Amino acid sequence: MKITVAGAQKDFPGGLTVAQLIELENVETPEYVTVSLNDEFVENGAFTSTVLNDGDSVEFLYFMGGGC
Amino acid sequence: MAFTNEQLERYSRHILLSEVGVKGQKKLLNAKVLIIGAGGLGAPAALYLAAAGVGTIGIADADTVDLSNLQRQVIHSTPDVGKAKVLSAKETMLAINPEITVNTHRTFVAADNIMELIDGYDFILDGTDNFPAKFLINDACVLAGKPFSHAGIIRFKGQLMTYVPGQGPCYRCVFKEPPPPDAVPTCKQAGVIGAMGGVIGSLQAMEAVKYIIGKGDLLTGSLLTYDALKMEFRKIKLPRAKNCAVCGEHPSILAPFDYEQAVCELKH
Repeated sequence: MKITVAGAQKDFPGGLTVAQLIELENVETPEYVTVSLNDEFVENGAFTSTVLNDGDSVEFLYFMGGGC
Repeated sequence: MAFTNEQLERYSRHILLSEVGVKGQKKLLNAKVLIIGAGGLGAPAALYLAAAGVGTIGIADADTVDLSNLQRQVIHSTPDVGKAKVLSAKETMLAINPEITVNTHRTFVAADNIMELIDGYDFILDGTDNFPAKFLINDACVLAGKPFSHAGIIRFKGQLMTYVPGQGPCYRCVFKEPPPPDAVPTCKQAGVIGAMGGVIGSLQAMEAVKYIIGKGDLLTGSLLTYDALKMEFRKIKLPRAKNCAVCGEHPSILAPFDYEQAVCELKH
């Protein structure tokens, strides 16, 4: 199935969860990433239970604390 | 208020723009913007807002200028090392534009002073370097109904979003609470390209100017991310979180409060 991750379309096996995608994509600081799926936030507690579908679009939003 | 010949000349490149004109320039001259943090983000933002003729600019920072600041904090110069950042910033801003008013607030923002600090300003710019301050500014602005620009920079990356009351998500909608101290690197630990502050801080100034003149689309409901190594800007749509603790349907945060600060971030 095709999923758009951070704007780039990629092929993934069916049945992939958000948690598995986070691992496959080597997300930095995965415990603190915010995920939006088709422009809706996915609760952290639902990463393992949220199964992705063909055509989904996922964005990873990262903490950026600097300003110094 | 009629413009003097000197003002017409100083602001001529603004006045030429149909989106600004004399009317927009008057709005800028009457506007009050508070910049929290006179660092990598606040420095370029303060320079451009001062040059733009934003009539009253507040600048809040408790630090003094350090030699390690000068790689990116372009409002301070080598002779300013050791001087209070707010004073150094004020001197540079007034040298660029003597007709503006610069209010200096030599303090770190905290729960017990932030509501008073932001009161009276039309737009707030978050140029702080730590998560407790970023969440505090968000909560205070949401509670006080003030628009603000959030930004963060690290290494070769930067991002920003704009909050306008009633027009989209706040920072806490996206990031529920600060990561534990030291769990996510800051630019002090991980480094940052000096020009990143210039890029993102200037974009924050741009958002403030657009908000004041009331033209264009703001980054409300969007996070603009910039990756300098890939030379890529992306605008990511942000939903509102209905369960947001401060701007949601049943908020649990009713007053600003302080989070614990990472020890390594307490200096500079």
